[in-house]
Amino acid sequence: MGKLKLALYWAASCGGCDMAILELYEKILDLAAAADILFWPVAIDVKYKDVEAFPDKHIDVCLFNGAVRTSENEHMAHLLRSKSKILVAYGACSHLGGIPALANMTNKQGVFDCVYKYTASTDNPNNVQPKTTVKVDEGTLTLPEFYDTVKTLAQTVDVDYFIPGCSPVPEQTWAVLEHIIQGKPLPPKGAVLGATQKTVCDECKLEKEEKKITKFYRPFEIIPEPKKCLLEQGIICAGPATRGGCDARCIRANMPCRGCYGPPEGVMDQGAKFLSAIASVIDAKEPEEIDRIIKQIVDPIGTFYRFSLAHSLMKRTRMAEEKAPEETKQRNTVAARR
Amino acid sequence: MTFEPKIVGFLCNWCSYTGADLAGTARIKYAPNIHVIRVMCSGRVDPTFVLKALESGADGVLIAGCHPGDCHYQEGNYSALRRYHLLKKMLSDFGVEEGRVRLEWISASEGDRFAQVVNDMTAQVRALGPFHRQKAPAEQATAETASKAS
Ligand code: SF4
Ligand code: SF4
Ligand code: FES
Repeated sequence: MGKLKLALYWAASCGGCDMAILELYEKILDLAAAADILFWPVAIDVKYKDVEAFPDKHIDVCLFNGAVRTSENEHMAHLLRSKSKILVAYGACSHLGGIPALANMTNKQGVFDCVYKYTASTDNPNNVQPKTTVKVDEGTLTLPEFYDTVKTLAQTVDVDYFIPGCSPVPEQTWAVLEHIIQGKPLPPKGAVLGATQKTVCDECKLEKEEKKITKFYRPFEIIPEPKKCLLEQGIICAGPATRGGCDARCIRANMPCRGCYGPPEGVMDQGAKFLSAIASVIDAKEPEEIDRIIKQIVDPIGTFYRFSLAHSLMKRTRMAEEKAPEETKQRNTVAARR
Repeated sequence: MTFEPKIVGFLCNWCSYTGADLAGTARIKYAPNIHVIRVMCSGRVDPTFVLKALESGADGVLIAGCHPGDCHYQEGNYSALRRYHLLKKMLSDFGVEEGRVRLEWISASEGDRFAQVVNDMTAQVRALGPFHRQKAPAEQATAETASKAS
């Protein structure tokens, strides 16, 4: 067998997943020795058209990071799917939508208004916003379409494996790559690699006792006691609803788990499980008292679905036209008249 | 034609399901819109069930359990209550109208109350209209491609 043919790509991502590969440190040399890297926009100069020229299934393994939010992301997902034998959703955005998918709490216009209008640092008196085409003297310039809804890679194309994490811990990435390089058999398609079957709580070393909470704290509001489960101290921790594999790295740094490794095995909707876990530690029986405690949880969607909104059962907040029946009717009649 | 909502009802075995049974044996008439799923306790109703029901085409979800203090498993209905309050807060952020998801206490002897809750809720959800399911991502992609092409 020749060298492994590897490709890496970033779609709607922050670049952190590419950093996670570089964080293999000296192992990156082992990787370079064992694999030919055919495509990796962050590190090597290979153009899209070069990839388009590859024969089908030319790439052995493609690690695809980032969510799918634009027509460019979508095109590259389809392209790399057809050019790769094994397509891996690498990192939380590709796996679950990740932080970019929090944009599913609004839509394209909401995102554009925020970015090009309302942010304090924006100076845009003419309210210029991106368009997909613009005519200039030299011809027509184009930009990819920006969608209302961010999707996961698997909602876009067929995916073989998932490596979770924001970003995946380098040790796990290496373990998976080494496994592939050595030609060992892979688990059935659809498996989550580089992680455990259990939860972050399961690998967290903090002491767990009974959890009874009457006040929730945001991490900056409290200095946690060492050794004691953060959730027991009122700090919202996603450990109970998150797949293990990161060795509880955030908790070891005194920060609660935010849930980046996604739902544990068998869990359909991470946010619902997380919500359930948090509700069950609330120490109150009267509706008013329950509401008083719940008020301290700012932004439930952003908390419970921080990394998994696109992957969730709801997928996004409802669009205006889905909500108000009267408006929808009007819209439809207007559309019909046209 | 008036819109007939689909309501999924999770009823606890020991109180509310028995209450619904009583409504039946007493021949009390109530809206046929409820699709009952028996669970052992209201505390068994994972928020996932509620979201999954909505996602699968339900227009409303009823969770019913024993009155506070009467749960067969002591505390199950308090768990249900806490989850319900938190879920309600989150659903409103998702843009799901108040009234689509309800928690009610119905005892084994309250067949009339069961009927009344179902009638009430059916009327309320009917007024809200269908729960427009999120378009599946695939459909959305086609819609977006179509709008681009036009
Ligand atoms: S809730 Fe968080 S801090 Fe507590 S045991 Fe689980 S992972 Fe550790
Ligand atoms: S502790 Fe939680 S947020 Fe931190 S890396 Fe692990 S799974 Fe991700
Ligand atoms: S058994 Fe009825 S609510 Fe618990």
